[in-house]
Amino acid sequence: MKTNDVILQTISSVSAFIILAFGAYLFFAGHHDPGGGFIAGLVFASALVLLYLAFDMETVQQGIRVDYKILTGIGVGLSTLTGIGAMLLGFPFLTHTFEYVDFPFFGEIELATSVLFEVGVSLAVVGATMTIILSISEDA
Amino acid sequence: MSWLHLFILLPLLFAVIIPILYKKIAKIHTGWFVLVVPLSIFVYLLMFLPMIAGGETAMYALPWIPAFNIDISFYVDGLGLVFGLIISGIGTLVVLYSIYYLDKAREALHNFYVYLMIFMTAMLGVVFSDNLIVLYLFWELTSISSFLLIAYWYARRQSRYGAQKAMLITIFGGFSLLAAIIMLGIMGDTFSIRELISQGGQLVQHPLFIPAMILLLIGAFTKSAQFPFHIWLPDAMEAPTPISAYLHSATMVKAGIYLVARFTPLFGGTMEWFWIVTGVGLLTLFWGALLAVKQRDLKALLAFSTISQLGLIMSLLGMGSAALYYGEGELADLHSMAVLAAVFHLLNHATFKGSLFMVVGIVDHETGTRDIRKLGGLMSIMPISFTLALIGSLSMAGLPPFNGFLSKELFFTGTLNAASLDIFRMETYGFLIPVIAWVASVFTFIYSLILVFKTFFGNYQPERLEKEAHEAPWGMLLPPAILALFVVVIFFVPNVLGEYVLEPMMASILPTLAGQFDFHIEAWHGFEPELFMTIALVALGIILYLTLKKWIGLYNHMPRVLTITNAYNSGLKGMESISRKITNAHMTGFSRDYLRYIFLIFVLVVGASLFLLDGFSFDTGNVAHINMFEIILSLVLVGATAMVVFTRSRLAAVICVGVLGYIVALFFVVLRAPDLALTQLAIETVTVALFLVCFYHLPRLRQKEEGDGFNVINMLIAGAVGTLVTLVALSANGHRLFPAISEYYLDAYELAGAANMVNAILADFRALDTLLEIFVLCIAGLGVFALVKVRLARREKNENQ
Repeated sequence: MKTNDVILQTISSVSAFIILAFGAYLFFAGHHDPGGGFIAGLVFASALVLLYLAFDMETVQQGIRVDYKILTGIGVGLSTLTGIGAMLLGFPFLTHTFEYVDFPFFGEIELATSVLFEVGVSLAVVGATMTIILSISEDA
Repeated sequence: MSWLHLFILLPLLFAVIIPILYKKIAKIHTGWFVLVVPLSIFVYLLMFLPMIAGGETAMYALPWIPAFNIDISFYVDGLGLVFGLIISGIGTLVVLYSIYYLDKAREALHNFYVYLMIFMTAMLGVVFSDNLIVLYLFWELTSISSFLLIAYWYARRQSRYGAQKAMLITIFGGFSLLAAIIMLGIMGDTFSIRELISQGGQLVQHPLFIPAMILLLIGAFTKSAQFPFHIWLPDAMEAPTPISAYLHSATMVKAGIYLVARFTPLFGGTMEWFWIVTGVGLLTLFWGALLAVKQRDLKALLAFSTISQLGLIMSLLGMGSAALYYGEGELADLHSMAVLAAVFHLLNHATFKGSLFMVVGIVDHETGTRDIRKLGGLMSIMPISFTLALIGSLSMAGLPPFNGFLSKELFFTGTLNAASLDIFRMETYGFLIPVIAWVASVFTFIYSLILVFKTFFGNYQPERLEKEAHEAPWGMLLPPAILALFVVVIFFVPNVLGEYVLEPMMASILPTLAGQFDFHIEAWHGFEPELFMTIALVALGIILYLTLKKWIGLYNHMPRVLTITNAYNSGLKGMESISRKITNAHMTGFSRDYLRYIFLIFVLVVGASLFLLDGFSFDTGNVAHINMFEIILSLVLVGATAMVVFTRSRLAAVICVGVLGYIVALFFVVLRAPDLALTQLAIETVTVALFLVCFYHLPRLRQKEEGDGFNVINMLIAGAVGTLVTLVALSANGHRLFPAISEYYLDAYELAGAANMVNAILADFRALDTLLEIFVLCIAGLGVFALVKVRLARREKNENQ
């Protein structure tokens, strides 16, 4: 089934970037405003789904050469590692810490280890969602 | 994090790079790299010896889940250290041996060494853990890695059967141990073994004391293959021989012994402990020795011999526990001799049995068979193996000048002491202990002779062997030779061992007597009853061995139907058929059926508890004002729900479900929960997209096939669920039993530096929940992938045919 949805494709390719940017904003907003790794992951995934809907699978795959199964594994592994990292320093599993650091030009910025944890969460969410959606749509 | 933590986890960490080594450096046998691991652990642990010999102990704690008293704390004392040395020391030899035993071209070495390394960490963890939960974790890991190792040649049916049997039995025991651990945790309000022991006296009064003891012993007995749980050990011999030598004779099966020894300070000194441990040990000793004589397979013979010897050590620990009853004085000293015998024999057994297993592996490897009816006359062809087998067997039989003799004499001393003292009302039956021990030793003597004479003497029958027999390469001979060297050396200088190894071990088992042990192990101890027992058993043993042909037929008269293995097999079969019936009854493959089961059980359980416990309450005091938005949204919600039910078009149904989701998101917005609204929106979008993706390919909605009765039942269930959820929601709002925990999270900014409370909970306070959630997500994703791909592959295969 090869269709030529010019309008859909044009709008999708633009809005996908807007959605991705929004996802990135949500991710970093997470610690103080609504947002966070889980939601950001879902938003990323929805942008990708939009692309897959607008274009066919091969086209998107050529642009984004990611094996989502491996991405899931990386995400879960990263989150687990941040937990183990705390143990190596003698704290209980998954202890997080944060620090406010003054950066030149940017001003005061909060650095929290939970960001690393959240990166893992995001990757796992994107990976798992896309794995499920792609497997089911490939099957059909 | 200490060096000890690192060394215990070293094998596990090393396991990660084994597959890489196996693939990238295929020219060199992977075993050579692995060899470094146990060797370095052994050297590291040796450094503790002077400290332990000086009567000190060490503790290395690492917090893990402090809220539940769970810490990864490792405790080094005599008992743990000696076990650690056995694990790493014999581990080194076994790895060296396996390099020559397993062919690098034919075998899946990476699997083998990965499992072996997992096992090594697990075993070290068991013997060093002070925290019971952590101990349990490692304990089950030994069962799992043992399963993997037994099933190493998984293409063989017998391997799979043996692995399953070992796992089912030891994991059953593991659960029992877990129950005991939880009980101990309740009793002492701690999971630390040391703290539990220090509370000792008060715990005896606790009503859970005896149940905890029995459950713990079941765990120990299953692991150490005590009667009647011993049936898994002979089947575990399907594993490669290095594994049998390592797990099933020197280390893992001794975990049960370790557990009993470790808990002797807590449970010992009571009558129940004394009788159960001694009785089961003696029974196992006797039964194992009896059955070993009739075995035709060398490894099976060694398996039963191991069962028997483990029983011996177990019974000695039981007898020795009486020393705690007396606390001090001459009687305590007499009984502590049994503990000495136990720890001494434990060590000796590891040396001679490990070496015997390796020699049997050599025979198997070089001749292609382990059947003693086919073997014979190998003495001149394999002189070194023969020498090693002779040393090991004679030590096992308890003859000088080998270490087995010393510990067997001590064993007799222990049984005589236990019998002569009228503690625990033994005056009537106490004499049975040395009698059983002596008879079992006669059989031990016989099977030791069978092992060495049937294999190496008699006629060489090359036509019955699969290969032309020849001596093994040096790499295979060296490990058993080192162990055999210990067998001899220990006989001549047992007291060096006594000071550095045995005394600290005894101090761990009998802490109240620490520092008072006054023993001197001597090969010649005068014309005592023990010596006469030995002379008599050798005489009778030789006579019985020479007349073996005449009475071995007696074994055929033992009832076959009544064996425990038979019971296990039929029990397993029965369980399988029952579970299949149950599964077939409810796994219909229709999700509507599953939903009905789920909802029905939900209504019954929640509804019953709500009304039986009078949990329903309705309180309008807390109810907020309802505004126009909410009324409108609710109406749309109801309308969309009704549409889902009544529409005939699937597209409309999907869209209505989407509407439901978005309305709920709007509710979140109205109720000022932007985080939830955001999540809900994102999830709804992804879900609707998913629906649309597969929507096109779904079959047409079938018109109802079922009669009206079906619909009525569904309606009833739906109505009941709806009513119940409403009631629960109302009651939840009406109840305020506890102060809300949300107060704690209000400090999110101070505690986690996050102004967004929801996110602080997700990432900081309850990060474990989130972590497990993404694990679930990951597994679900892989599950869908696997299911779909398997179907696709099958379809393609069908199309190709």
